[in-house]
Amino acid sequence: MIALTLRDIRLAMRAGGGFGLGLAFFLIVVVLVPFGVGPRADLLAAIAPGILWLGALLACLLSLDRIFALDWEDGSLDLIATSPLPLETVVSAKALAHWLTTGVPLILAAPVLGLLLNLAPGAYGALIVSLLIGTPALSVIGTFGAALTVGLKRGGLLLSLLVLPLYMPTLIFGADMVRRSAMGIEGTVPMLMLVGITCGAIALLPFASAAVLRVNLR
Amino acid sequence: MASIWEYANPKKFIETSNRFLPWISGAAALSLVVGLVWGFFLTPDAERFGSTVKIIYLHVPSAMMAISAWFMMLVASLIWIIRRHHVSALAARAAAPVGAVMTVIGLITGAIWGQPMWGTWWAWDPRLTSFLILFLFYLGYMALWAAIEDDDTAADLTSILCLVGSVFALLSRYAVNFWNQGLHQGASLSLDKAENVADVFYFPLLVSIAGFVLLFVALVLLRTQTEIRARRMRALLARERMG
Repeated sequence: MIALTLRDIRLAMRAGGGFGLGLAFFLIVVVLVPFGVGPRADLLAAIAPGILWLGALLACLLSLDRIFALDWEDGSLDLIATSPLPLETVVSAKALAHWLTTGVPLILAAPVLGLLLNLAPGAYGALIVSLLIGTPALSVIGTFGAALTVGLKRGGLLLSLLVLPLYMPTLIFGADMVRRSAMGIEGTVPMLMLVGITCGAIALLPFASAAVLRVNLR
Repeated sequence: MASIWEYANPKKFIETSNRFLPWISGAAALSLVVGLVWGFFLTPDAERFGSTVKIIYLHVPSAMMAISAWFMMLVASLIWIIRRHHVSALAARAAAPVGAVMTVIGLITGAIWGQPMWGTWWAWDPRLTSFLILFLFYLGYMALWAAIEDDDTAADLTSILCLVGSVFALLSRYAVNFWNQGLHQGASLSLDKAENVADVFYFPLLVSIAGFVLLFVALVLLRTQTEIRARRMRALLARERMG
C-alpha cells in the first residue's frame, strides 16, 4: 500500500502529472472573486470562508479524474487489481495519494489566499483545521466518483455531476465552521460533524469504490 | 403459495402487470379527478392562506412521491445487488425520471405558492434546499444510466450510486437543517391529529395523494414493461445480425 501511494505521488510530482494544477486553479478562483463582487473589504470578509472552501472543493474536483484515468489507459490498473493487494486497500492508497498531492497543498495555500480575501484574523486557525479535517473526505468521496466513471469516455463532466451533490454536507459544515469562528462564535458542533463525515467516509466508502471498480474492470 | 420472486421472471411480470395495469390506471385517473376537483372547487378558502391553499393538492402529494420514488429505487437497487433480478434493476431505472418529474412539480408548485405567501419564489429554506439536492441526485443517477452502454454494468454502478447517494441525501437533509432555519411550515400530515390540517382539506388531500401513488405505480409498471421489451428487441436484432 505504501509503495502504491508513493508511486502515485511520484507520478503526480513529475512533469505532466498535474501536481500544481489544482493549486493554480484555487489561486485563480480566489483572485477572480473580488473582480466579480467588487473590492469592498467588509463584503469580501463576509464571503471569504465560503469562497475559500468552495475554491478548495473545486480544485479538488478538478484533479479527480486523474486518480484512475491514466492507470486505466495504460493498463496498469488491471495489473494492480490482479495483485494480491485487496482492491479496498488499493482504493484507499489512491485516495491517500490524491489527498497528499492535492489536499495538503490546498491547506497550505489557503491562509495566504485568506489574506487576499480579508478573512477575519480569528478565523485562520479554524480555516486550517477545517480543511485538514474536511479535505480527506473530499478525496475519499472523489475516489468513489472517479471509480464510477473510470471506463467512460468524456467522463469528466459526469464525474462532477455525480460528486458535487455528495460534497454538499462536507462543504456545509466546513464553511460553517470557518464562518462561525470569523464571527467569534464557538464552532465545535460543525467541527464534530465534519470529523464524523470524514471518519465515516474513510471507513465505509472504500468498500463502495472497490465494488464499483470491480464492476468496471469486469 | 407462489413466491414473490416468481414475478422476477420478465414474462410473468409482463403478464401479471398487464392484468392489473388497466385497473391501476383507472383508479389513478378516478382518484386524481375526484381529489383535485374536490380540492379545487368544493373546499372553502383557508383563513390565512386565501385560495392559494388549493395548490396543496398538487404540492404535498408530488413532494411525498418524490421521496417515495427514491426509496423505491433504493429497495429495487438492493434487490438487484442481492438477488440479481433484471426486472428489479429495470424498475429502478424506470422510476428515476418519474421521481425527478415529481421533484420538479413539488419545487414549481412550491415556488408558485411561496410567491404570494412568503413574498418570494425561492428561499434557501432547509426543505426547499434538500429538495433541490434530491433533484441533483436524480439527475446524476439518470446521467449515469444514460452514459454506460453495457446494461449489467450500468445496473451495478447505478445501484451502488443509489445506495451511497441515499446515505448522503439523508446526511445533506440534516446538514441543511443545521445550516439554516426555515420558513416552511412543519408537517401537514401526521398520525397526531392535533398537527393535521383541518378535516375539510384533509380528506380531499388523502384522495389526491392516493391518486399520485397509483399514478406512480402505473407509470413505473408501464415504463418497466417498455424497458423489458426494448431490451428484448435489442437482443432479437443482435441475434438477427449474427445470422
